[in-house]
This record gives sequence, structure tokens and C-alpha cells, in this order.
Amino acid sequence: MRPDTPHSPAPAQPGEPLIETRDLSVTLGATPVLHGVDLRIEAGEMVALLGANGSGKSTLLRAVLGVEPPTAGSARLFGEPARRGSAHDRLGYVPQDTPGAGSIPATARETVTSGLLCSHSWFPRRRDPRVMEALEAVGLADLADRPVPRMSGGQRRRVMIARALVRRPELLVLDEPFAGIDLATQDQVAALFRELAAEGTTMLVVLHETGALAGNLTRAVVLDHGRVVHDGPPELRPALDPGHDHALPAGHLDECLGQEIHPA
Amino acid sequence: MTPLDLLTSDVLRYPLMIAVLIGLTAPVVGTYLVQKKLSLLGDGLGHVALTGVAVGWLVGAWMAATPADLLAIPGALVASVIGALAIEWVREFGHTSRDVALAILFYGGIAGGVVIIQLAGGTSQNLMGYLFGSLSTVTRPDVVIAVVLAVVVLGIGLGLSGLLAAVTGDEDYARAAGLPVRTVNVLIAIMAALTVTLSMRIVGALMVSALMIVPVAAAQTVVVGFARTMRTAMAIAVVCALGGLLITVYVDLPPGGVIVLLTIGVYVLGLVTKAVTGRVRRKDPAATAAAAAPEHVGA
Repeated sequence: MRPDTPHSPAPAQPGEPLIETRDLSVTLGATPVLHGVDLRIEAGEMVALLGANGSGKSTLLRAVLGVEPPTAGSARLFGEPARRGSAHDRLGYVPQDTPGAGSIPATARETVTSGLLCSHSWFPRRRDPRVMEALEAVGLADLADRPVPRMSGGQRRRVMIARALVRRPELLVLDEPFAGIDLATQDQVAALFRELAAEGTTMLVVLHETGALAGNLTRAVVLDHGRVVHDGPPELRPALDPGHDHALPAGHLDECLGQEIHPA
Repeated sequence: MTPLDLLTSDVLRYPLMIAVLIGLTAPVVGTYLVQKKLSLLGDGLGHVALTGVAVGWLVGAWMAATPADLLAIPGALVASVIGALAIEWVREFGHTSRDVALAILFYGGIAGGVVIIQLAGGTSQNLMGYLFGSLSTVTRPDVVIAVVLAVVVLGIGLGLSGLLAAVTGDEDYARAAGLPVRTVNVLIAIMAALTVTLSMRIVGALMVSALMIVPVAAAQTVVVGFARTMRTAMAIAVVCALGGLLITVYVDLPPGGVIVLLTIGVYVLGLVTKAVTGRVRRKDPAATAAAAAPEHVGA
């Protein structure tokens, strides 16, 4: 699915950096969370971002997306500073927390329609066909008019994925897209991601376990205490073996990684 | 006097026009405020608007304006917009928590009002009409101001509803999606200030916020979804504002209080209806099964 608005810039060429951080540090309140992170994601890659809880994965995503300002270093999206610019129009983001925190629950259709908004388009069409296409892609077309907070955790997560897909992004940034989703649906969503990757969509995925995407990752980046401790082929890490990994309980992989990261 | 006579009577035509405008605009702003969990913002701005009324009175006294409160509503407009921007600034950059900032706005607004009105040669009695609302104070310039404010608020609130709903519903996502989050927050604060100014003549500064918030709460008892909640809240508010005003024609009661009590009545009615239908559904196994099976929910 390619961006199809008249405002879209030329699609990124293979090898072009879509995400680039240099010596990026972020402090939240008084707590330093990221320390000098260098990360480069090129067009066409599917990169997993792994690490234990609290290792800084979500903060790194938020800094890359310009939501969290860097305290040092830089973060760039499509070659532009992450805090501004129209680069955001070319990406889709699935946050870790599903909203529903708002006091007035929006329906799945309304939530996905909001994904059509971007810096140059503030007036989404109420019945844009792309909305139902995106809901169908995540298997939720039947629940289009159900308020999102009244859905199960897995259904809510799929609504968030549909909201990211509806704008047909070149880059997908996904924060634990499989959390709370049953295995059958994980396979369905993973198949969708594979299809998008085959069409050229670049993906940065925060994962607890490589699970359903294990065979498709081009690279794995492992964070520990806010620092990159591995950036390379996922198969070089024994703990990322797909067959083994899939059966692991949540958190086990992190323990395995933790042991390898700190051999001493 | 029949309701038709009322519409053509000079005394009531202006208040009725303003009541419709309040009914349309207040819930639009209220829907965004409820979504942002800022339900008390309208109240804070109502208090600040009182200071504005008093300042308008003071400036009017210096200029020997007639009537003395010629500049009261323009004063309220300026003060509430400044108050709205101040709250938004504190929310984004300040180290004071939002509810403390709102509390300071409440106290500062009312204290400023009573002190400045005295400086202007009036008494706090002059503020009563603005505190509790009144029909006798509505003039033709008030109607003109109200129409302009309502057009601005409805133009932004309905015209940009997709953007405003996206930002108020999920601010982090909105930032990541490249949406103008700060601009939207400022727009909503300004819309609230304009609505406060437009409403305070009839409803009164102390009850302005009720018309923003209670119709939204009432709508939530009967419908789901953001857009439907807003539309239903607008319908409830228009009916209550007109109904309340008409009641005060036949019974000598303050319009603001009657209108607000009507909206609360609709809210309670909605709650009771929801509780009763919920019980009926629990007793009817077929309805319960249909509600539990997601695949039976129509798209």
C-alpha cells in the first residue's frame, strides 16, 4: 500500500535512511533513559527493537517520532528533524497503550478515520473507503461502530494497527503490536505485516519476543539500560531462534538476552 | 401569551436567539473539554470573565459610556481569552498542576471582579446579573456579538471536528502523526472563552460551564461514539435552553438556573433509562447473548 495523496513526496529509495538517530540521549523528569543511541533504519528494512522492560525501547520510539524531545544528540525522520516537518505524514504509528483514556469513547470507525489526518489534511472524509479496507485488513470490519473501550485488548490493538495502516505509510513504527493478541490473530497480523514488507513498507517493531515475525526480520537492535548492545542480524542471537522463541513465555527472552548482554 | 407571541415580542426575541446559540455552541466545546478531562475549564473562565466585566465597566466609566456596562461583554471576552491562553500555557510549560492553576483562576477571577467593580464606582450588586444570568440585560449589540462568537465557535468546532477529536482523544498519537497539537489546544481554549462570553448574559458566569458539560454527560447515557455524542448533546442543550427560557416567561424564575436544572433532569432521566434497560437486558437471555457475540454487531 503506497501513499496516494497528491502531496506525497517521492517514495524513499532502498538504502535511504528513514530513521536516523545520532548520539541520542533522553531524560524523563530527572531519570536518564537513553544514553547516546545511534540507530539507522533504511528503506525496505524490518527491524526488531528488543530489550527488557525499562530498557528504553518505547522512549526511543517516542524520541524518533518527535513526541519526546532529545536532551542531547539528534533524531531525524526521512532526513528531517523529528520534531517538525511533514515527514510524519509518511509514517504510521501504533502506540503501546491503546487509548480509551478519553472520556467519550470513539468508535473503531472514528478512531481509524483519525488516522487519515496528517499535517496537510485536516478534513478526513467521513465515509472514506480506506477506513473499512483497513478494518477489514485487521479482521474488524464487523465491529466498525463499536466503541473502542468496549472491545477486548486484542481488538483494541488491531484498531490501533488499522489506524496506522489507513494512511498507507511508507514507514510503520509499532510498539509491541502483538501484546494481548491471541496466537491465531498474531499469525493473521504478522501475515499482514509480511505483505506490507513485500510491498516495500519499512518497519521498526518493538517486540518482547520475535515470535510471529522471527523469519522476516532483517535486523535486530537490542537495548539495555538505554544503550544499544546489539545491532545486527537476528539469527546471530541464539535466543532469537523462531521455533524456540515462539513457545517462550513472555519475559523469558528478555532473561536470555539479559544473560548474554551481561556475560560477566 | 402563546409561544408564537413570545417569538415576536421584542423583550424575548433576543434572549431566545441567544438561547439557541448557547444550546448549539456550548456542547460542541463541552465535548472537547470532557474528552480532555478539562470539564472545569469553562467554570474557571466564567470567573475570569467577571473580572473582564468589571474592567469593561471601569473603562466605560472613564469614557463616560452609556449605558455604564457598554464595554462589559467586550471586557469579558478579552479577559476570558487571556485566561484561556494562560491555562493552556500553564498546562504545557508550567510547573503548577492543572487543577491548582484552575483554582487560582477561579479565585483570582471573582476577587478581581468585586474589587474592580468597586473601583469603577459600582457595587458587587452590579455583577449579579452576570453571575446568575438575566433576561432584562440582553440588548441588540449583545445579540450581534453572540452571533459572531457562535459562528466562530461552530465554524472551528464542527468544521475541524475530525482534527479536534483526534488530538483531544489521543495527544501522543496526534504528535506522532504530525498533527498541530499545540494549535488545537489553544483553539479549544479560545472556543471555550468565546462560549463563556456568549453565554454569561443569560445563563450567568456561575452556570456557563454546566451547559457545556451536562448535555454531554446526558448524551453519553443514550448514545455512543464521539460524533453522535456531540450531536445529541447539541439537541439536548437547545431544547433545554429554549424550554428553560419559556418556563421563566410563565413563572418568575432565574433563566440560568432553570436551564441548568433541565439539563440535569435529562441527565438523570438518561441514567435511569440506561439502568432500567440494562436490567431488562440482563433478564432477557436472548438480548444478552446478542450483546455478547461481537460478530452479531452490525457494521
